[in-house]
Amino acid sequence: MAWMAWTWATAGFFAAIALMLIVMTLLAVYRPETPRRGILQFPTTRGDRLFVSLIGTAFIFILWIRITGGDNLWYPVVIAVLYSAAMFRFA
Amino acid sequence: MLDKPWNNRAWFFVIPVLVFVLFSSIIPMMTVVNYSVQDTMGQNNFFWNGAAWFQNLLDPTTDIGGRFAAALVRNLIFSLVVLCIELPLGIAVAICIPRHGWRVGAALVLIALPLLIPWTVVGTIWQIFARQDIGLLGAALNSVGIHYNDTQDPTSAWATIVVMDVWHWTGMVALLAYAGLKAIPDAFYQAARIDGASRWSVFRNIELPKLQKVLVIAVLLRFMESFMIYTEPSVVTGGGPGEATSFLSLDLVKIALGQVDLGNAAAMSLVYNLITLSLCWIFFTVMTQLEQRKGS
Repeated sequence: MAWMAWTWATAGFFAAIALMLIVMTLLAVYRPETPRRGILQFPTTRGDRLFVSLIGTAFIFILWIRITGGDNLWYPVVIAVLYSAAMFRFA
Repeated sequence: MLDKPWNNRAWFFVIPVLVFVLFSSIIPMMTVVNYSVQDTMGQNNFFWNGAAWFQNLLDPTTDIGGRFAAALVRNLIFSLVVLCIELPLGIAVAICIPRHGWRVGAALVLIALPLLIPWTVVGTIWQIFARQDIGLLGAALNSVGIHYNDTQDPTSAWATIVVMDVWHWTGMVALLAYAGLKAIPDAFYQAARIDGASRWSVFRNIELPKLQKVLVIAVLLRFMESFMIYTEPSVVTGGGPGEATSFLSLDLVKIALGQVDLGNAAAMSLVYNLITLSLCWIFFTVMTQLEQRKGS
């Protein structure tokens, strides 16, 4: 495992992703859903909304670092949380 | 269709594939993520570097940031050029392929031939083909007075790479378009004939709309492959002259394996991967939505 050069931060990140996938899988089995059409103009499931949130979050961070130089990364965290909440609510 | 809950249990059958993907992609990918936030002096000693590699990469005034931005633009231009040539050309070829008789098989085999050649071999063929001393293309162009040198002149290098890609992949677009054309029932053509439609309006109003689905697939496949192109330019030009044909994956390999600059390479490959992933997703969503709208 040493060659993988783990850090606590990245381990926590992947653990969170894995947890999200497990929760999504369990929800899909025990609480099946119907896709709904929201502001994205096409039917989305929970999984779609999670995916859009995660990809969008990555781009929010990239744009933030690109535009401001990225010395303070708490602002994009707030933006990303708001964005993800909006995606889950309205997409 | 929208009011019936989806039963997703069949996805459990995908688990064996996931295990395989875990070892072939996910674990290496996790390692790349780990490298992207750390620096190393070798000997497997890593120390935390925060977002510094990403700050470096996304700032075009730094060396690595400038290279990345230039390679990204270069790669997008290449994909666009290749799509603009291969799509119309592929459709035109597909329309010219005979629809009946023994010539169908002959034409399809000939068109599919370049697709069957391994990428390194395609690169080698074109590398020799383009040489000024012994290559048919290079020697012929220079002997009629056209200055052509793919190892020193960026325009020649670009032309070689683009023409090579067109030669290699137009066949695939043509085969997809041909399959789409074959699926159009004869009744449409008969109706057009009764109405006295011109060849152009048959193409514009019957063939092109019916080809939409296969063309979206063709765009998706061609865009992704050209955006990730590595082998052919690496063999033919090696990214040169200078940096003229250094596309993203070529530059990435130079940084990761040539300079063993793990942090920069990791940050670059993550951003590159993210761009590819989101473009893939957009294409896929558009494709499935088009299909569903047609179905409903």
